[in-house]
Amino acid sequence: MSTSTIAPESVPVVAAAVRPSPPGSRIARWRGGARHLVPVLFLLPTVLVFGLFSWWPIIRSLLLSFQQTNLVEPATWVGFDNYQTLLDDPLLGKAVTNTLVFTGLALLIGFPLPLFLAVLMSELRRGAGLMRVLVYLPVAVPPVVAVLMWKWFYDPDAGLFNEMLGKVGLGPYPWLQSADTAMASLVVEATWAGAGGAVLIYLAALASVPTELYEAAELDGASVRRRLWHVTLPHMRPVLLIMMLLQVINTFQVFTEPFVLTDGGPEDSTVTVLLLIYRYAFVSGDYGAAAALSVSLAAVLAVLSAIYLRLTRAWGTK
Amino acid sequence: MSEAERRRPITRFGLGTTQLLLIAALIIEGAGPIYWVFKGSISSTQDSLRHPLALWPEEAHWSNISTAWTSLDLGRYLTNTVVLVGGSWFVQLFVAVTGAYALSVLRPFYGRYVYAAVLATLFLPGTVSMVSLYLTIQDLPLTGGSIANTPMAVWLPAGAHAFNVLLMKQFFDGIPKELLEAARLDGAGPWRILTRIVLPMSRPILAVVSLLAVMNAWKDFLWPMIAITDTEKQPLAVALPRLADTSNQSLLIAGMLIAIIPPVVVFLVFQRQIVRGIAFTGLK
Repeated sequence: MSTSTIAPESVPVVAAAVRPSPPGSRIARWRGGARHLVPVLFLLPTVLVFGLFSWWPIIRSLLLSFQQTNLVEPATWVGFDNYQTLLDDPLLGKAVTNTLVFTGLALLIGFPLPLFLAVLMSELRRGAGLMRVLVYLPVAVPPVVAVLMWKWFYDPDAGLFNEMLGKVGLGPYPWLQSADTAMASLVVEATWAGAGGAVLIYLAALASVPTELYEAAELDGASVRRRLWHVTLPHMRPVLLIMMLLQVINTFQVFTEPFVLTDGGPEDSTVTVLLLIYRYAFVSGDYGAAAALSVSLAAVLAVLSAIYLRLTRAWGTK
Repeated sequence: MSEAERRRPITRFGLGTTQLLLIAALIIEGAGPIYWVFKGSISSTQDSLRHPLALWPEEAHWSNISTAWTSLDLGRYLTNTVVLVGGSWFVQLFVAVTGAYALSVLRPFYGRYVYAAVLATLFLPGTVSMVSLYLTIQDLPLTGGSIANTPMAVWLPAGAHAFNVLLMKQFFDGIPKELLEAARLDGAGPWRILTRIVLPMSRPILAVVSLLAVMNAWKDFLWPMIAITDTEKQPLAVALPRLADTSNQSLLIAGMLIAIIPPVVVFLVFQRQIVRGIAFTGLK
């Protein structure tokens, strides 16, 4: 039965394939050409878009980092001058330190918090849907709006935080206006804005821990804390590692917060690497220096991404 | 925690209290700031400054929102945003579908090199080539013209999103080959197989990629700011910080409210798919 239904359709195909066509005849050539042309057509958008807007800019950054250009005259080769400019800029060291401080603080504050929330949420089963929505809401807020909102919360005079702390006799604190607290204030905002996504990923990972493991641990008399430490966390280790790397990759590129909230101040305490790239290119017009710093940042990020991809693959095949 | 433990009265009391506290904290943390924007947008500036902690303004000025809409020209910025988001969504989906289809189903011999070149871009986040991307849109190779200050400058680079191609290809790889083979034997061409078999079977992944594309495009700030310097053509996210320096506080907050509503509504409506998509992709 099955052969008879397939047979009639397959006949023309077979016939076309075996029909001897004179070599070099127009139809045969067109057919052969079309067969090869179809994948080319389908790949064309991908190749064009990735070529023009991904690969060419990457190659161009590399070239540009050894050139001087003002966009009007043709670019000239200047060797390592741009890299020298970076090293001579007193802001570079500051930007690198600030970015590392941001990344470090984000790991300290922003990394454990979503994990803690996810564990708590998965233990408290009721209202899971509501909690998930609430936890993700800040992520749905556009980052620029979130940042502008927090600018208000941090306002030294009429801001929400100083007002609340004032009620219990604390403050007022100059959150963004002091070089000591500005960076930490940015990290708190960024944590608020980004934690929701991580919570959802951790919740999914927690749900995949086999319940038998917990039951077995309980029969052995393990307390809640011990079970968390010996069953849950080992199971979560790959996810945690990946999320940590992803967070480091993201925080290395922090821009919107220092750009909108503090514009790098006060006293350059929140100038980050990406903000410095932006300033080189779009404030000073020094595209060469901007490219040199981009290439340097790219080298660091590429190493981190390589580790990240290796880990995801190892995790995915497990 | 196990079922036996849950039933113990002391645990139940503790759990109940923690639950209430956690939900209260999440409401303050998650919904609170959005409510604050809503309250601020219908309060007078003096009122917001004098009573930052009040839950409701002394006098609700609903007209703030319409005043902000006209005086800050929010309609224009919102339209710009929608145009940029819509185009970015379309380009991302088009590139991902055509590319993944060629790589997964048509499988030309050079496909693996194209795929490797696409995946390699995952190693380098877009921000690091931002400066030369800016120079590229000023003087586009092939056409030779500038697409800066046009929606194209945002739409086209959005398509170079390797993760979309990866997700889509992995999904297409899971479609039974016998199905595609049978269609081919029935005389269906590549286009027909794509539109009649592959796409209808790929609704879940199309939804995930679409939602992520729309949410990300709506949130985008740095690249649109660089690519579109003409203030009349900027999206809301780029216009707001600029307006923040010059406009009345309560009107600006009304503008922020208008920027928040669409993505929050999209999230609330599609939360199931988004939550699944995030857990599935393991990415934000």
